[in-house]
Amino acid sequence: MFENFMAWIDKRLPVTEAWNKHVGQYPAPKNFNFWYFFGSLAMLVLVNQIVTGIWLTMNYEPSGDGAFASVEYIMRDVDYGWLLRYMHSTGASAFFIVVYLHMFRGLMYGSYQKPRELLWIFGMLIFLVLMAEAFMGYLLPWGNMSYWGAQVIISLFGAIPVIGDDLTTWIRGDYVISGATLNRFFALHVIALPLVLVVLVFLHILALHEVGSNNPEGTDIKKPKGSIPESEQSPFKYHESYTKKYDIVDAVPFHPYYSVKDIMGVVGFLLLFCWVMFFAPEGGGYFLEAPNFEPANALKTPEHIVPVWYFGPFYTILRVIPDKLLGMLGMFAAIGMLFALPWFDRGTVRSIRYRSKWHLLNLTQFAICFVILGILGTMPASDLANLIGRIATLGYFGFFIALWFYSKNEDTKPVPERMS
Amino acid sequence: MKKVLVTLLCMFPALAIAAGASAPLDKANNDLTDKASLRSGAETFMNNCLGCHSLKYQRYNRMFADLGIDEKEGVATLMYTGEKPGDHITNTMPAAEAAAWFGAAPPDLTLVARARKGGADWIYTYLRGFYVDPERPFGVNNVVFKDVGMPHVFQNLQGVQELTDEAKAMLQKPAKEQRALSTDDLVLVQEGTMTPAEYDKMIRDLANFLEYTGEPGKVERKRLGYWVMGFLVILFILSYLLKKEYWRDVH
Repeated sequence: MFENFMAWIDKRLPVTEAWNKHVGQYPAPKNFNFWYFFGSLAMLVLVNQIVTGIWLTMNYEPSGDGAFASVEYIMRDVDYGWLLRYMHSTGASAFFIVVYLHMFRGLMYGSYQKPRELLWIFGMLIFLVLMAEAFMGYLLPWGNMSYWGAQVIISLFGAIPVIGDDLTTWIRGDYVISGATLNRFFALHVIALPLVLVVLVFLHILALHEVGSNNPEGTDIKKPKGSIPESEQSPFKYHESYTKKYDIVDAVPFHPYYSVKDIMGVVGFLLLFCWVMFFAPEGGGYFLEAPNFEPANALKTPEHIVPVWYFGPFYTILRVIPDKLLGMLGMFAAIGMLFALPWFDRGTVRSIRYRSKWHLLNLTQFAICFVILGILGTMPASDLANLIGRIATLGYFGFFIALWFYSKNEDTKPVPERMS
Repeated sequence: MKKVLVTLLCMFPALAIAAGASAPLDKANNDLTDKASLRSGAETFMNNCLGCHSLKYQRYNRMFADLGIDEKEGVATLMYTGEKPGDHITNTMPAAEAAAWFGAAPPDLTLVARARKGGADWIYTYLRGFYVDPERPFGVNNVVFKDVGMPHVFQNLQGVQELTDEAKAMLQKPAKEQRALSTDDLVLVQEGTMTPAEYDKMIRDLANFLEYTGEPGKVERKRLGYWVMGFLVILFILSYLLKKEYWRDVH
């Protein structure tokens, strides 16, 4: 019965073919470690955001007069509305946590290197769109921090010479942030950007499956056809689009091996996620900021205007550069550097395990600087904070510059052909 | 490179200092599951606060249900202005005139416990932290809310508090040498109609009630949370065993 049904479908749409190629017979390196959970977790959070977002939209009112009250309506009068709202708000922060860890995994194991440059760039585009999505979503509760956070960030564009002022008015749709801004941000947040995001995720995975997954050793599991004796090839059945051109070694089919492993990762993640959501949904004032429980008020500035924690690193770079325009350029350059990472790294050894001590040190200082920048971004500015922020900014950009210099003739260790 | 690393690591403590100290709060030790305390807080609010401060996102009948108040009794004892039980808790103070009287319109307090860092502790400290300051329009100032526009409405109950001489001297120093005030800096110079213990209890109940209005579903959220966590722990063990079973032939 089911087989007949699938045969009928497969004649008209290659469902079984797609399943085999991308799931059931997709060769995945057998040595994925803890860091490889975060890709599937990012997908999980994306789905969570979309599904809870749809239900929130049913009761949310995108207007300057009604937005704040409608969020409280969802929290109080909608059945399990509080749960939907907390799933969405906690999900926003969780999204950035898993995406940052996912990106760091890429840095550690050189997953951006040839031939995965385009895969990396799609990932970076996802990150960029995600930031825009989060920024616009943050305005929607129409709390006072929503309002002033958006005010500060949009006013940055005013620093652009000549067109700056007109540009900010164009973005806001008004001379100040108002219901008009809220409405357009709502439209972008619930339709435009999620669509782009889903398409980019699709391309990200398609590109991944074209070049194949990297792994903690940074080795290739696809060897030239005919180079590996049958007895040493991976004993599992893989889709012919892979075996036609390559001999597969040290791999397992994604399903069932990584599907069951990722289920474990998902449940482990949900333990942390639900713990925050049910017992500390404010995330210590970082996931939901206290001033955001007051409605937007154009006449009352919060004591410290700080963006949500996940923008912290880039906000600090902006803030510690004394000139507003240069600051903005610095902030965008910080993201631009990441885009160009595959070309800053001129090395051929991928994994941190086989690269030089210099690289380990450089990556460590980069991670520390990134965390420091993030912490500073959530704190009020001071002379000391600015000094530390400037040093960390140098460390951030220094990572890329230093990498470009030493990676050409790096003192690397020999990479084993096969996994032990 | 190593030097940079060491320098950066050494700066972690500096980050904490740069965050700055906030006013020390007294612990309210309130309990959201104590319905008698919540009812007492609701009563205090309706009798003393509602004239100026609304709870415009909170419905009367939700409050009755959550606090275990019979609706008929609630309508008779806690509703004064002829609203229906399903209505939000609002008042009729005109905002523009209120702003003229107090300098700023008295804010809605539904979410005050969430909007103020420290939540119920902040409310508890604030309402016990008024002291005499002749320079202010209503003759009082507050240890956690400097130059507050609100008069001390409970002064006849609490009595009159003044700053200690040490705190007064501290406030005369240049701004850099000053520290944040706390209720330890206050002395009761004239007794009110309540003992300090009675007054503290009333304020604790009120703070408890306002934490409740900030998130009426909070107790339910945590109750549900334990079940979800329990389920996930079991599911995690099962998913671990499943993973192990599948991977046995790979390793």
